[in-house]
Amino acid sequence: MSQNLIEVALTLNGKNVTARVAPDTTLYTFVRERGCASVKCACETTNCGLCTVWLDGSAVLSCAIPMARVNGREVTTLEGLREESAAFARCLAEEGAEQCGFCSPGLIMNVLAMEREIRERAAGQGVEPTAPTDDELNAYLAGNLCRCTGYEGQRRALRRYVAERFAPAAGTDQDVSPAPATATAGEERA
Amino acid sequence: MLAFARYERPATVDEALQLLHSKRGSRVLGGGMWMRLSKRTVPCVIDLSDCGLNTIEETDGAFRIGAYVTLRDLERADAFNEATGGVLNAAVQDIVGVQFRRLATVGGSVFGRFGFSDVLCALLALDTEVELAEAGRVPLAAFMNMPYERDILTHVIVRKHAYRASYQCLRKAATDFPTINVCAARWGGAWHLAVGARPAKARLVVAAHSLSERPDSAELASIVEDVRALTYSSNLWGSERYRRHLAGVLAARAIADAAGYTEAEADALIATLEATIEAKEVRA
Repeated sequence: MSQNLIEVALTLNGKNVTARVAPDTTLYTFVRERGCASVKCACETTNCGLCTVWLDGSAVLSCAIPMARVNGREVTTLEGLREESAAFARCLAEEGAEQCGFCSPGLIMNVLAMEREIRERAAGQGVEPTAPTDDELNAYLAGNLCRCTGYEGQRRALRRYVAERFAPAAGTDQDVSPAPATATAGEERA
Repeated sequence: MLAFARYERPATVDEALQLLHSKRGSRVLGGGMWMRLSKRTVPCVIDLSDCGLNTIEETDGAFRIGAYVTLRDLERADAFNEATGGVLNAAVQDIVGVQFRRLATVGGSVFGRFGFSDVLCALLALDTEVELAEAGRVPLAAFMNMPYERDILTHVIVRKHAYRASYQCLRKAATDFPTINVCAARWGGAWHLAVGARPAKARLVVAAHSLSERPDSAELASIVEDVRALTYSSNLWGSERYRRHLAGVLAARAIADAAGYTEAEADALIATLEATIEAKEVRA
């Protein structure tokens, strides 16, 4: 680790943070040390998506970003998106989409980033945002690996979520419709 | 994890070049995607983030892509992709995920000259030059064979043509490295085929100008033989023999696609050309 510490000032989940860090400190290490436990690291090869955070509103892999590149920027982790993430988290629960749940924070961050990107792009084009197709979902979320669900539960949750949030794309019907309502954990217990 | 003894963020490419020459062991940082795979310490890391290399400029004759343009920017650059047959968009689609592609840079992908590079394979088939801070403009095909000079790649320039192009690759799984990749592009009256992940770095095969715009199976057979004559070797992703065979098939598919054949026509064409090659081998 470098002995030449550098000063960084950034916004982390809406709060201004300043620190002196080694320039090779990664954003992943930095946010973990500041209590953002939702950010995980699993692969060590920059491809699992578990360390996904938002940098200036776009989803990136925090394990590949040296802190020197974060100076003056805005970082958001799942801890800073509790309200925005509630609807998708509910869909994950309702569809039984998690087993260990270790990859869920990274997936949620990328799904919310995708939604934001779709809405921004549609606004830029002056059109109504439409639900992404299954292929588009798969392509966008290919960088979020899960080693226990087989993705099916996650895909059901995603379909449910996009059906709730978007108008269907022209020419689609079944692709993005929610799965038949299933009993929630509470109903099952009742 | 790669460690940095010192970190510099010069404001201009000239300053960066000066640092590169004055600090022993200094290195230019690209997207930083493989930092976790290395355990060494770099005495001085040079970050070009403040040098204005993150835009794609379009002129009448070319697209000038800054070295710090990300792969995500590249895949979303509609004008560039429309003008180049969409091959870069196709080439980056399976590179890990969007979060990765928002960090990985064009300059890092090209300067590294990695054998597995999808980006390099696609660019090589187009009329591409690299712009180096000291050496100036060099055709990409020539740059591929240059030693790793202490120079800074600032831009990648893709000249405009009426491209007809197609990118094809085979992966064991989505988001994995390619087992083999091929890009075919017709421009300047000739077919240009780049073959990468051999697993060595991509090589360019320029087909004779006599190869027609819509080649028949005999013409395709001749270029497939040229592609299969390149050097291939084995690693975890595939054997030398497997790669050699697939390179020929993907080259034929890429040309057929770029030439406007339907999938069914391409299948029939490839079946015929394989029979032609087999018969030739038996005769030999």
